[in-house]
Amino acid sequence: MDLSAIDPTLLLASLIVASTPILLAALGELVVERAGVLNLGVEGMMITGAICGFAIAVNTGSPVIGFVAAAFGGAILSLLFALLTQFALANQVASGLALTLFGLGLSALLGQGYQGIKPPPTRSLDIPVLSDIPVLGPILFSHDLMVYLALALVAAVWAMLKYTRAGLILRAVGENHDAAHALGYKVVRVRLLAILFGGACAGLGGAYLSLVRVPQWTEGMTAGSGWIALALVVFASWKAGRVLLGAWLFGGISVLQLNLQPTGIPIPVEYLSMSPYLITILVLVIMSGDKSRAPGSLGRTFHASQ
Amino acid sequence: MHPVLKLERRPQPSRTWSALAPVLAVLITMFAGGAMFAALGQDPVEAIRTIFWEPLFGEFARFDRPQLLVKAAPLTLIAIGLALGFRANIWNIGAEGQYIIGALTGAGVGLAFYPTESALIFPLMVVAGALGGWAWAMIPGLLKVRFGTNEILVSLMLVYVAEQLLAKMALGLLRNPEGRGFPGSRSLRDYPSAHNAELFAGTGIHWGVVAALIAVIFAYILLARHMLGFHIKLSGQAPRAARFAGVNPARLTLICLGISGALAGLAGMFEVAGPAGQINIDFNVGYGFTAIIVAFLGRLHPVGILLAALLMALTYIGGELAETNLGLPAAAIQMFQGMLLFFLLAVDLLTHFRLRWRRAEVA
Repeated sequence: MDLSAIDPTLLLASLIVASTPILLAALGELVVERAGVLNLGVEGMMITGAICGFAIAVNTGSPVIGFVAAAFGGAILSLLFALLTQFALANQVASGLALTLFGLGLSALLGQGYQGIKPPPTRSLDIPVLSDIPVLGPILFSHDLMVYLALALVAAVWAMLKYTRAGLILRAVGENHDAAHALGYKVVRVRLLAILFGGACAGLGGAYLSLVRVPQWTEGMTAGSGWIALALVVFASWKAGRVLLGAWLFGGISVLQLNLQPTGIPIPVEYLSMSPYLITILVLVIMSGDKSRAPGSLGRTFHASQ
Repeated sequence: MHPVLKLERRPQPSRTWSALAPVLAVLITMFAGGAMFAALGQDPVEAIRTIFWEPLFGEFARFDRPQLLVKAAPLTLIAIGLALGFRANIWNIGAEGQYIIGALTGAGVGLAFYPTESALIFPLMVVAGALGGWAWAMIPGLLKVRFGTNEILVSLMLVYVAEQLLAKMALGLLRNPEGRGFPGSRSLRDYPSAHNAELFAGTGIHWGVVAALIAVIFAYILLARHMLGFHIKLSGQAPRAARFAGVNPARLTLICLGISGALAGLAGMFEVAGPAGQINIDFNVGYGFTAIIVAFLGRLHPVGILLAALLMALTYIGGELAETNLGLPAAAIQMFQGMLLFFLLAVDLLTHFRLRWRRAEVA
C-alpha cells in the first residue's frame, strides 16, 4: 500500500471537479422541489444532457455551444414531465420514473456512433495571479468556467429564494398550492418554469460529466449521479448553501475512492466503488429525522377546480 | 367569450377508460415509435411488423414463441410484487438489485453443493433466492420504518451496490475454478441438480414460468378476497382512513417491500439457474426497471400485469429480431418501452377526468 502517491492538492482540485455535476443537478432539483414538485427524472435528464452536450460539442468543436445544447436538451425532456404532471395531472413519482427510463433509452439512441471519441477540451480559466498561489491556486482558481458558473448559481438560487419576490412566490406555491392559488399566483406557470430550470441544470450537470469529468461518452455513464443529486436535496434540507456542502462531500468520497483504487489498499475495487452509494444511504438515514423542512405541497397534484 | 377545454374530475375513476388506456397507449406508442423508426431511416410499417408480428407468426416463430414465456416470467414475478407496493404508495424501484441478490444467493447455494446430486438442491436454491431478494428489500424497508428514510432513493442506491457485488462475486468467490481465469461461475446448466430446465421441451416453460403464474393467482386472491389486500388498497387511496381502520403503516411497508423483494429474488434465481445459466458480470439486463413499466401498463392488476409482461417480452424479442434483420439499434427498443409508460400516464388523464367544453370564466 502506497498512500504517498495521493497528492492532497490534486485530490482537492479534483474534488471540486467531481462535485460539479451533482451540484448542478441537485441545485436544479432543489428549485423544483421548493416549488412543490418531485421530479424523479433527474437521472434521465442528466444523461440526455450528457449526450446532447457531447454530440453538439463534437460536431461544432465548441464545448460552450455543447453546454448550451445540454441545457436545452435537459429542459426539453423536463417539459415532457411538466406536461404529464401539470397538465395531464399524472402521478409525479410514476412520471419521474418514466422520464428516467425514457431518457436512458433516448440517450443510448442518440449516442450511437459517439463512443470512443474525444470531445473538444474545455479550457480552464487559470485566473491570473490567483491561480499562481501555491496550494490554493490549483485547488480554487484553475478550473473551467462551468465550475465557477455552478458556484455562482448556488449563490443566485440562495439569494433568489431568500430575498426576492419571485423566490417568495415560488416558496408559497411549494408550501401550499391552494393558498397560493387563492392569492392569485399562477401555480402551474410557476411550477412549469421551475421544472424547466431543473431540467436545464440537470442537463448542464450531465454535460459536465461527458465533456469535462470523464471526458467521453458511454451508455449509462451517469451511473446514478442523478439519484445521488436527489438524495443531496434531502441531505441539504432544501437549502441551497447546504447543497454545496453535500456536493463537496460526495465529490470528495468518489474522488478519494478512485484515488485509493490503484494504491494497493487491501479493499477490493468493487467495494471501493460501492462506497458513494453506501454513503448516500448513510447520509439519508442521518438526515431523515428532520422532515419538517420538506415543502408542504411536495409531490401533490394541483388542480384549480378543487 | 369563447369555449375552452376544461377538466372535470370524475366522482369515480372510469372503469372503461382504465381498461382502454393501456390499449390506447400501446397504439399511440406504435405510431410514435413508427415515426421514430422512420426518422432512423427504417420503413416504419416493416419495423413495427417485425417487432409485434414476426415473433408470433413469422417464419421462425417456433423458436421465438418459447422465448416469450422465458422473458415474460421474470417481468411478471417482479411486477406483481412492485404493484402491491405501488398500490399502497410504497415505491420499491430497486427490484433490479433484489433480482441480482436473489440470483447470487440462489446460485451460491447451488454451487456450494457442487458436484453432489440431490433432489433437494433446487428447492433449497429457490428458498435461498427468495430470501436473498427479501433481505435486500428489507434494507430500505427497515430504514424507512425505523428512520423515515425515503425508500425510493435507498432501494435504488442498492441496485448499484448489488451490481458491484455481482462483479465481485463473478470474479471472486463464485468464479469457476476450472474456468481458466475467465470471469463467471460454473454453468448451472451442466449441473443437473441445480439446473432450472425446460419442463416441456420446446415450450420455454421452466419453473420460473410456473412460479409467475402462481404469483398472479395469489396476488389476485390477495387483492380481491383477503384483508391484507384490502389494507394495501385502502392505504394507497385513503391513508388517513387506513389508519383509522387499524392498518399499521410500518407493518404494511415491511410486508409490501418484503413480498416484492422475495419475488424479484425468485425471478433472479430462476433466471440464473435456467436461461442465463451462470453468474456473470453482465447477468442483469434491466428486468427490474422494465417491470416498473409492466406494473403500470398492467394497471397494477395481476391479470393485467401478466398481459403487459407478455407484451413487453414481445418487444424484447421483436426488438432483437429488428436488430438482426433491419439493423435497428437496440437502444431504439429501450426508448420505445420508455415511450409506452409516457403515453400511458398521459392517456390516464381520461380515467380520472372528463374533458368538457366550457365557456371561459374567471378562474
